[in-house]
Amino acid sequence: MSRKVDITLTVNGQPHAHAADTRTTFADFLRDDLRLTGTHVGCEHGVCGACTVIVDGEAVRSCLMLAPQADGATVVTIEGLSEPDGSLGPLQRAFRKHHALQCGFCTPGILTTAHALLTQEPDASEERIREVLSGNICRCTGYVTIIQAILEAREGYRHAANASTAS
Amino acid sequence: MKPLGIDKLIGASPERIEDQRFLTGQGQYVADLDIPGALHAAILRSPVAHGRVAALGLDAARALPGVHAIITASDIPNPIPTIPLRLVPLPEFDPYLQPVIAAEKVRYVGEPLAVIVAESRAIAEDALDLIEIDIESLPAVGDENVDEAGAFLFEETGTNVALRFHARSGDPDKAFAEAAYTRKETFRSHRHTAAPMETRGLLAQWDESGQKLKLFGAAKVPYFNRRALSRMMNLPEENLDLIEVDVGGGFGVRGEFYPEDFLIPFAAQRVGRPVKWIEDRREHLMATNHSRDVGATVEIACARDGTITGLRGDVFGDMGAYIRTNGGVVPTAAGMFLQGPYRIPNVDVTVLALMTNKTPVGTYRGPGRFEANFFRERLFDMAAADLKIDPAEFRRTNLIREDELPYSIGKRAPHLPEAVYDTGDYHAAFERCLAEIDWQGKAAIQGKLIDGRYHGVGVASFVESGGAGPKETSRFVLEKDGSITVATGSSLLGQGLETTLAQIAGDVLGLPLTAFRIDHRSTARLADGLGSYHGRSIIVGGSAVVDGAEKFRAAVIEAAANLLGRPNSELRFEDGVVRSEAGASISLADIAASRSAEDGLLAVDGIFLVNKPTYSYGTHAAHVAVDPDTGRVEVLDYVAVEDVGRAINPMIVSGQAIGALVQGLGGVFLDHLIYDDQCQLLTASFADYLMPTATDFPSLRSVAMELRLSPTNPLGAKSAGEGGMVPVAAAIGNAVGAALRSRGAEPRTLPLSPPRIWKLIHEEKECTQ
Amino acid sequence: MKLPDVDYIRPKTLKEALGLLSSHGDDAKLIAGGQSLMPMLAFRLLAPKILIDIGGLAELRGIDIKDTGVRLGARTTWHDIERHPSLKAAHPLLAAAIAHVAHYQIRNRGTAGGSLAHCDPVAEFPAIVLTCDAEVVVAGPDGERVLAASDFVLGPMTTALEADEIIVQISFPAWPKARRWGFEEFARRRGDFAMAAAAIFYDLDGDQCVVDPHVGVIGDADGARRLAEVEDLLRGQKMTPALVAEARTVTEQSIHPSEDIHAPAAYRRALMGVMVERALAASAGIDLSKAAA
Repeated sequence: MSRKVDITLTVNGQPHAHAADTRTTFADFLRDDLRLTGTHVGCEHGVCGACTVIVDGEAVRSCLMLAPQADGATVVTIEGLSEPDGSLGPLQRAFRKHHALQCGFCTPGILTTAHALLTQEPDASEERIREVLSGNICRCTGYVTIIQAILEAREGYRHAANASTAS
Repeated sequence: MKPLGIDKLIGASPERIEDQRFLTGQGQYVADLDIPGALHAAILRSPVAHGRVAALGLDAARALPGVHAIITASDIPNPIPTIPLRLVPLPEFDPYLQPVIAAEKVRYVGEPLAVIVAESRAIAEDALDLIEIDIESLPAVGDENVDEAGAFLFEETGTNVALRFHARSGDPDKAFAEAAYTRKETFRSHRHTAAPMETRGLLAQWDESGQKLKLFGAAKVPYFNRRALSRMMNLPEENLDLIEVDVGGGFGVRGEFYPEDFLIPFAAQRVGRPVKWIEDRREHLMATNHSRDVGATVEIACARDGTITGLRGDVFGDMGAYIRTNGGVVPTAAGMFLQGPYRIPNVDVTVLALMTNKTPVGTYRGPGRFEANFFRERLFDMAAADLKIDPAEFRRTNLIREDELPYSIGKRAPHLPEAVYDTGDYHAAFERCLAEIDWQGKAAIQGKLIDGRYHGVGVASFVESGGAGPKETSRFVLEKDGSITVATGSSLLGQGLETTLAQIAGDVLGLPLTAFRIDHRSTARLADGLGSYHGRSIIVGGSAVVDGAEKFRAAVIEAAANLLGRPNSELRFEDGVVRSEAGASISLADIAASRSAEDGLLAVDGIFLVNKPTYSYGTHAAHVAVDPDTGRVEVLDYVAVEDVGRAINPMIVSGQAIGALVQGLGGVFLDHLIYDDQCQLLTASFADYLMPTATDFPSLRSVAMELRLSPTNPLGAKSAGEGGMVPVAAAIGNAVGAALRSRGAEPRTLPLSPPRIWKLIHEEKECTQ
Repeated sequence: MKLPDVDYIRPKTLKEALGLLSSHGDDAKLIAGGQSLMPMLAFRLLAPKILIDIGGLAELRGIDIKDTGVRLGARTTWHDIERHPSLKAAHPLLAAAIAHVAHYQIRNRGTAGGSLAHCDPVAEFPAIVLTCDAEVVVAGPDGERVLAASDFVLGPMTTALEADEIIVQISFPAWPKARRWGFEEFARRRGDFAMAAAAIFYDLDGDQCVVDPHVGVIGDADGARRLAEVEDLLRGQKMTPALVAEARTVTEQSIHPSEDIHAPAAYRRALMGVMVERALAASAGIDLSKAAA
């Protein structure tokens, strides 16, 4: 019954043309077909947030998307969050500074969520940040340092937003 | 033991080395590994809690295109291997060990019945749906009256009580007979578990010609597992390499030997191709160790001034359907830690391990302690209220003073050595905690109704042991380029070992973090190791690194002496270079280059033997507000104070403390594994098994003190990974009790979820004994 | 928890989608945001043979705000509602209820039409549709029909949607500026399904008495419903602390609370009463903690 359908999509700036299985989730497609294993699978039923990626600018749970639904999409995964020269971006640096990760398994989903949020809402309050991050479960950190890191990184997003409105 | 000399790295908080790969999506967890040609496994699990297996109809599943093999008990050479005990192997447990696959009987929902190997996990799951399972149900044993349920899990034993023992110190009968005041209460901690964000997984690669196995996905105790597996597969240990890759959290439940740790390698051997198995979340909640399912009736004897003269406890642990690798640690620890950091000369504890048709129970962060602290501290607050003594004063009266340490609590089980609390200033940690929560200032709001909610502040003290023996090993290898690889028997679970062990090695050798590569990955690197549990990866693993580093320094100087033609006594190792008094010098890279192919790389082994565990301790306090209409408890402030001896990396210690604290709060309010009366697990998804999120507990603080070094290891470190969790239910329980005292509601059972708090207020009334 | 063996097709027009739905019959399931459907597939609670993806259909898009009310295209996501610049003012109760739905990532994809078709008894949107007398426009092989909310929402997981129909639009009647309203929800954690919730609104006549009260609740075993007994109590009365307290009692007496592992019936009964009380108090600016003293 399931079959392969051809899809094209852009992932982290790279175009891809691929045959996607109709019974495969987008999470498994990224991991198994494109070998981008930075996106993790924690529950497969849309609760834990580990699989979060950014599709057409919005953070989504990739385990709740079918691979064919990504046809035509522009996608950013954890692998695409670093600077163009491969160094850590401001969000990643803030996480490292504040010890906002321990085992690292939930981290990609948290970084993509935070990146999507701060890109759309560079003035997000701490309460808003907490509210949005409530959709990502972390078992190691207790969230305190994660929120601290995102608050520090927020400044960089604010500057970027002001710079682009100014120009 | 003298403390370490240089403290440039130890005590600092350098950023973690491992973060680079985690932050860029380059971590390698077992699900990320790919071996070309690998097949995928799924496990057929019993849908019935207790029954006799009549038949498995496999034809339709076998015929499904893409299915390569279906393995059942009949494919495994008799006798079917059983999972051995790792901790405290008591002979009483022998009849209750788990076979690696169910044969004639199933004893819990989730027990493995078959392994399907297919082209993909999806096809393997399709095959599962095609299997006809014919099981004759037997009565399910579900509550603590295990011998009244009408069935025995192991008929030949004639009982579902696997273990019963008794421990006593002093003369409790006399103490209770003469006591001015006694109180007896029954408490219950509920079944819940660690639920790390990564489920379990294994990738097995079998080499038929060499009769060798490579198994990826090990954690925590890979050397023990290798030994166990080698016996099950009838292979020499050195033919097995258990490789630990990146691990998404352990908390005690990951890494123990489970049925799949045999079944997946066996399947790989059978089908002649690598086999990959990644546990899904539903499986995880029913197949990975449960914990905390402990109850107790506890009785206290006091003088009128609050001096405790005796403590009695009848403690039981619901062990689930089998005794697995952790043996009876959970209820035994609950019995052992019942008395806590208090002066109680007369103690009488009975401990039972009960078998039920539920998922087997193992150790989860602070096993038995989380439960025992709740039982004891709740009873203390009830007694203090009866005696009209302030709860803080009650504790001051009874907390062990520094001049009484070392303090022996005797043998807390016939099979355990005498337990002795080593060093500490329990009162200092206690007073610090009270100051932080502003106990004095908040006295005015205790139990008051403010803006529709009852406020309460609770306090709880604890001791926690760490650094279990018998030993840990390390190996220092000087690589060709002059860098140093440090292999450790400790396991990386997220606790930052790649950084902290490098900090230790760096301070001993006077080198920066970047000089080292910490290698925990493979059992092939070291002859033996014990692993990461009980806070031992710094205490024992770190101490083995100290020993290895010191031996490495000696070996480097020896090699330099030969190369420079100077006596060892003239040489010093500083900043990565060996210098002679005369001014000659040689670098590590040069020493490495001088080695011939015959010599091989310069390598030394380090070891640390443990003679006794060390004890961390502390106090937690919580300020809560309880909404009597909804039962919701809000944690307004929470302070966790612990003396960790020495914090190798304070940032990492704080991370452990807060992480443990939030996990503990989950254990108080949210986490709950619920079974129905047929022992069907009703909470087999994250929709029903709830854990804390970023909005639940925003107001938390932890304070790590370095008051007293541990005398048991050269680092002076006490445990830092579990203390943050063990008194959480106690502190919150007391805060809620204080808040609701006017309503006659005393929490005695966990979780303190809204419906249960509501029921406590509106339907149950305080009953005094 | 891999998905069952299933095919997938993405029609370009509503007409094409309806044709596919008719021809595949019981073998097909519609998917839009997939936020409710995908977990069910992962748990193999359903095993359709083909998924018809209506997520891209232009005919189902758009939020339209006029004097006559608010019209939501079936594809409207929760974020569309949250971000719409004038929707909160146009229908504050709808906005307030939707703020409780799920989490950030789900809110980007979950749709109003999907939620309504699924009709989970503890979901916010179906309860708001019912309480607010919305109208549901559905398209079928024979054209469109319009159903009143009370004819559409029939019970837990049950709607009047036929197997060959697709929800096109949900329209909410105009909302007077002076209308009083309240929404209270109790969930274990932020974003969780409601254990109980109350959505209420009413207008006031010249004497400040209640006119046309609507009291909707989540938590009843029969699914989202309006409480006629409470509405009768409130009609023509002035909203006072005493009335609000009485409404709580009448709520407790007139509901049939659902029971599950997270909340026994007695608790949920009390909780639903509290939600109604708090929603009514909020609508009238009454501080309950002072009132109790």
